[in-house]
Amino acid sequence: MTLFLEQMLNGLQLGVMLFLMAAGLTLIFGIMGIINLAHGSIYMVGAYAGTLVIGQTGSFLLGIAGALGAAAVTGVVMEMVVIRRLYRRDHLDQVLATFAIILILNQLVTILFGRQPLFVPMPPLLAGSVELLPGLVYPVYRLSIIVVGLLVAAGLYVLINRTRIGMLVRAGSTNRDMVRALGVDIRMLYTVVFGLGALLAGLAGLMAGPILAVQVGMGEQILITTFVVVVIGGVGSIRGAFFASLIIGVVDTMLRAYLPGLLRQIMVGSEADALGAGISSMGIYLLMALVLLVRPKGLFAADS
Amino acid sequence: MNGSSTFRLVLCLFVLVALVALPVFADATGQPALTSLATRILIYGIAAASLNLVLGYGGMVSFGHAAFFGIGGYVVGILYQHYAAGEPLFGFIPGSNQLLVTLPAAILVSGAFAALIGALSLRTSGVQFIMITLAFAQMLFFLFVSLKAYGGDDGLIIRRANEVPGLNMRDKQTIYYVCLTAALVFFVLLWRVVNSRFGNVLVGLRQSERRMAAIGLPVYRYQLAAFVISGMGAGLAGALMANFMRFASPDMLHWTKSGELMVMVILGGVGTLFGPLAGAAVFIILETVLAAWTEYWQLGVGAVLLFVVLYTHGGVQALALRLAGRRA
Amino acid sequence: MRMKTVLLAAATSAAMAVTGWAQEPVKIGMITTLSGPAGYLGQDIRDGFQLAIDAEGGKLGGAPVTLMVEDDGLKPGNGRQIADRFLNNEGVKLFTGIVFSNVAGATVPDILDGDAIYVSPNAAPSNMAGKGCHENYFVVSWQNDSLHESAGQNATNLGYKSAFVLAPNYQAGKDAISGFKRFFKGEIVGEVYTRLDQTDFAAEMAQIRDAKPEVVFQFHPGGLGITFMRQYQQAGLLDAVPMVVAEPSMDGVILKAVGEAAIGVNVSSHWNSDFDNEANKAFVAAWQKAYDRPLTYYASQGYDAARAIASALKATGGDIEDIGAFRDALRKADFQSVRGKFAFGPNQHPVQDWYALKVVAGEDGKPVLRTGARILEDHSDAYASDCAL
Repeated sequence: MTLFLEQMLNGLQLGVMLFLMAAGLTLIFGIMGIINLAHGSIYMVGAYAGTLVIGQTGSFLLGIAGALGAAAVTGVVMEMVVIRRLYRRDHLDQVLATFAIILILNQLVTILFGRQPLFVPMPPLLAGSVELLPGLVYPVYRLSIIVVGLLVAAGLYVLINRTRIGMLVRAGSTNRDMVRALGVDIRMLYTVVFGLGALLAGLAGLMAGPILAVQVGMGEQILITTFVVVVIGGVGSIRGAFFASLIIGVVDTMLRAYLPGLLRQIMVGSEADALGAGISSMGIYLLMALVLLVRPKGLFAADS
Repeated sequence: MNGSSTFRLVLCLFVLVALVALPVFADATGQPALTSLATRILIYGIAAASLNLVLGYGGMVSFGHAAFFGIGGYVVGILYQHYAAGEPLFGFIPGSNQLLVTLPAAILVSGAFAALIGALSLRTSGVQFIMITLAFAQMLFFLFVSLKAYGGDDGLIIRRANEVPGLNMRDKQTIYYVCLTAALVFFVLLWRVVNSRFGNVLVGLRQSERRMAAIGLPVYRYQLAAFVISGMGAGLAGALMANFMRFASPDMLHWTKSGELMVMVILGGVGTLFGPLAGAAVFIILETVLAAWTEYWQLGVGAVLLFVVLYTHGGVQALALRLAGRRA
Repeated sequence: MRMKTVLLAAATSAAMAVTGWAQEPVKIGMITTLSGPAGYLGQDIRDGFQLAIDAEGGKLGGAPVTLMVEDDGLKPGNGRQIADRFLNNEGVKLFTGIVFSNVAGATVPDILDGDAIYVSPNAAPSNMAGKGCHENYFVVSWQNDSLHESAGQNATNLGYKSAFVLAPNYQAGKDAISGFKRFFKGEIVGEVYTRLDQTDFAAEMAQIRDAKPEVVFQFHPGGLGITFMRQYQQAGLLDAVPMVVAEPSMDGVILKAVGEAAIGVNVSSHWNSDFDNEANKAFVAAWQKAYDRPLTYYASQGYDAARAIASALKATGGDIEDIGAFRDALRKADFQSVRGKFAFGPNQHPVQDWYALKVVAGEDGKPVLRTGARILEDHSDAYASDCAL
């Protein structure tokens, strides 16, 4: 039973990390209509910048500030130099341009930081584990990720549903042209949205640092999963991104944890493992295919 | 109008003659590896042009076309492996090392997968279509990675290229000419498809599905047919690649390979017949030249791609036409 | 067309034979992975190789050499293209450098068929160690399986009776687990195949805790290894369950990136920076003088590959045109390896000793790998008997 609970917590934590990435991506996609393949690169920049600051100052909080700052700067520069020219173009040009940005950023990071993966020290306050229930020991850092993620989700909810900017964001994701026609400075809105997405990605990058490896190409590793979350949740919908990321986090974790064992009951050991590993790799894609076949626009589609 | 199409015919003939003479030129100037480079470009040109049929002409952005490319390659590899081991596949399909058997087999199998994947994916549209084609391709990728019997992630070595009666397939130039012939046949067929009623319907579908449906055309069936033809073309390219490299590996199915095919299409000019071939040439030559020059070559490739997207509306072909147009 | 090529080649070789004594530099083609997350592996192999060349002032075995390095980007197609160009345009007869088995699978057969020699500083898949062995194919590092066989033996020697094993679900991962099982005499209480692109191992940590094994064996190279170790420590498992790995899961870079989370881990290896022989001391000193990044075993393998080639070049007087003579000289492995004892087995893969290392806190508090007892002596590999050489 405690194993099950632990796995549920793990799924929750994975989901929350995915949410940080997916929220930004779905906003950018929904409001601006841009497919941004380079979102993962901003995540990487955040992780590297934050690690650099922690290395220089020894403070995790300053590291977070560094990560957010660097991510925001990268996002704004990217928007002004490249993305701005792509608003009117079709998705293909956006794919090509952001693909090019991935190559450039990866190489720049290699030139600046070298090829070896970096070491991110764990903040001493958050190291260690805590006993939540008798027999259920869980790392404090992962709990803090869950807490931060939920706080961000709550913050985004307030932002989107209770502020003026949020109102514009909601309007923009439902009907972009109408918002423009109503005289709203759409360029400013776009820049704000892109910057917000970049901030979230940078935060995710640094938070992932102590538990994952900070290395070149780390963005591409979660990029596809993030897109899957966005599509399942419904493009442009933060609520969709939230629920989809939690579902995917839990499903992926549970499949990896229990499927091979279940298959062993009916098949030979090594074949069961191979099949189980294969199916759990495909798991989220199967889920997405199923969702799309039943609800072609995703679970919480923003536009009609 | 007439002058422009004569010009294009002459240009095509010129390119054809140049391609036929390439191996001789390569040997004479002491660069025999040029022939292999050209072979790769031709093969990727076929794959990119197949993708262009659904993407450029049909407006369906498939992010999973590498799956068909990889399936074509693996059909060749698996058939060869069973031939070499002497055991039939699934117990009744005999292995083969004859190109005239494996190429059609690769085309059929990838067409079958395209039919299956297309049938399911075409129920969606827009970004969901992009993602679902990606999803299916990733599923196949993971499948091949976990198949230890066929090499898994290490890939499948094909010790000898497939044989064609009367030809020496161990000679690099022979393989080049085989691929050139295949490419020629393929592009002629493609030209026929694109300029037929079917091709016109596809373009119409890209512009407005609703309009086509209003006229009474079965949208779904046309799109599926295009998807299957496109998948078969990619499978052909994959089979040729497996013969050329004497190797098939799961990275042929990875989403980054789909991305590269899309880049080649966009680079060359979406929705044009020879654009993808030009795009494949530019991309591969760029990679090769830059990699020989500096270890940070990806920076150069990224910069060039960015430039092409931002400043040439329509890729290399548009750029070339505009330059040519200025002169005229 | 063929006639012209043959005449050209004949003329060139005649010219080269005549000028052989004028010592035209020997071209060595290095195809390796310099980009992407695994770029540091290729970089270390290259730099280790270059260190050997620099030690002799631009020569190997007294013969001047030109090292041509290109990045395969972990793409088999690119590797093959580069090999093609080196072989046919540049006339390179000696190749090395490939890090990954899938790139090797596409590239090496062409090199061997082109009657050139390939000396592997890393990848050594099982199919090329047994039935697929070739007289032009030499491996200086280890055969993929023997890495993990040593870990299995280490676990047995340390007295563990039950193990939980994990590796990514690809060929090298499966070979790792089967290699481990071949030499581990205890019971396997859990066998999990993770994903190559996995970043979160929390589910696996929970499974390990639930199964209560006496030891954990995992194979996760590069970035995957860093991720796994950090999460292993955070899950509190580092204090609870000992770990036994082979060196790819705990190389110098992983060690530095993981920090304290690695202390206590048992590593089996064929080389360590504290090996007490002349060649190794010189190598380590040269590396620390030239670079201020951690020294990995990839670099030591690059260095040894260069020294093996040097020994052959010395024996043939710098002549690479007579491939047969070069091959015979290389086979003798008449050089001082940084790992001490070294010889080629009948399938031209190494026969060497394996040692148990442990991660301990060094004098400055930072974790280091300290060498302990020998696990296996003169160990070859499981496929040597299948080779027809």
